[in-house]
Amino acid sequence: MFIRNFFHYCGALILAAAALPALAQEAPDAMVKRTSSEVLQIVRTDPKVQAGDQQRIREVIETKLLPNFDFDRMTALAMGRNWQKATPEQQKVLIEQFRSLLVRTYSGALTQYRDQTMEYKPLRAEPAATDVTVRTEIVRSGQAPVTIDYGMTKTPAGWKAYDVIVGGVSLVTNYRDEFNEQIKSGGVDGLIKTLADKNKGATGKS
Amino acid sequence: MKLCTVMSVLAALLLSACASAPGRADDPFEPLNRAMYAINKPIDDHVMRPVAQAYVDYVPKLIRQGVSNVFGNIDDLFSGINGLLQGKTEKAGNDFGRVLVNSWGLGGLIDIASDLGIPKGNEDFGQSFGYWGIPQGPYLFVPLWGPTTVRDGTGSLIRVWYGPVGYIPYIPFRNVLYGIGAVDLRASALGATSLIDQAAIDPYTFVRRAYLQRRQYLVYDGNPPPEKDD
Repeated sequence: MFIRNFFHYCGALILAAAALPALAQEAPDAMVKRTSSEVLQIVRTDPKVQAGDQQRIREVIETKLLPNFDFDRMTALAMGRNWQKATPEQQKVLIEQFRSLLVRTYSGALTQYRDQTMEYKPLRAEPAATDVTVRTEIVRSGQAPVTIDYGMTKTPAGWKAYDVIVGGVSLVTNYRDEFNEQIKSGGVDGLIKTLADKNKGATGKS
Repeated sequence: MKLCTVMSVLAALLLSACASAPGRADDPFEPLNRAMYAINKPIDDHVMRPVAQAYVDYVPKLIRQGVSNVFGNIDDLFSGINGLLQGKTEKAGNDFGRVLVNSWGLGGLIDIASDLGIPKGNEDFGQSFGYWGIPQGPYLFVPLWGPTTVRDGTGSLIRVWYGPVGYIPYIPFRNVLYGIGAVDLRASALGATSLIDQAAIDPYTFVRRAYLQRRQYLVYDGNPPPEKDD
């Protein structure tokens, strides 16, 4: 009797575990809201982050933010038509380097967002949409609010962001110009080298 | 008179740049602009940025807020005017309402309007020109001023020229006010510039694209037509 119950419970557990990924498919706006409030909460309360401990800041970004980004898509979009010119190996390295550039940038910027209040705009999208824009705003007293929009795509692993648009400035569009310029002067390998150099050095070419 | 001088210097620079090979459609004067960017960089690194940083570090927040509010009050006035120029009467009403309310608060020192929940606008002459269909024209990088375009720069000149500070008869005082305004403005961008150094492969390109995107976004009030993928 006990054994049968045990198997029964096991079966229920497995079923529940199988249902988890379905639960993980939270709506894109809910995901942005949860992630932002989690990160803001850490920035406001974690003494290591507040003291500027780079290792801890990077850890927060790696565990909290990065899983929600689709870096493959992001890199492909930033490359534009140059993406097809790159070999699969080059593409892989590019994704990696672009990813670490963004992590470095975010690490520097994260603590600036301490005193911000976020507002989340209602999502205007069809239920079946696979590509949506989630709109948020940073509200600052006495100043015009700064909009932060996330371009998001539905993947088998849930919604992922592939672009961040701050006050109308799209990250991907901005990097497309930069990438284009590098590729024009030094080819795809030139771009890879520039990215790698920038990621290695404490300060890049400025 | 002053406006004429600035204009003629600008015109001379543009003409000299025309001699060089044509580049991008939106930045035909790229070689000149890059030279200006290179001139600006050390000035910013060694003067503007440290001064703005010292201002943030040593001047109490309450005073800095007051300074920002006073200049913000002037901005609201011009935002209202430009709201009207674009027929956005509701926005203009908010802006003029802010000026009316805030000017009671010690000439704009206290931003009462924000506490009352009157949203702050950000219209300017460049946006009005854009709204009327005037193209942005070539991109320009002006030392000590930053990124602009022929259209937006013209708007800024009008703005500075007709701004209330220009009517102050005592010139040293007027110049001090211009100086404080510049520091206030630079201080508000401290975070952004350190971010650019982190993020950009080529800061010149990065700033140019960010500026042009931002202006396009503002002209279209947050709904710019989609960009071509290239």
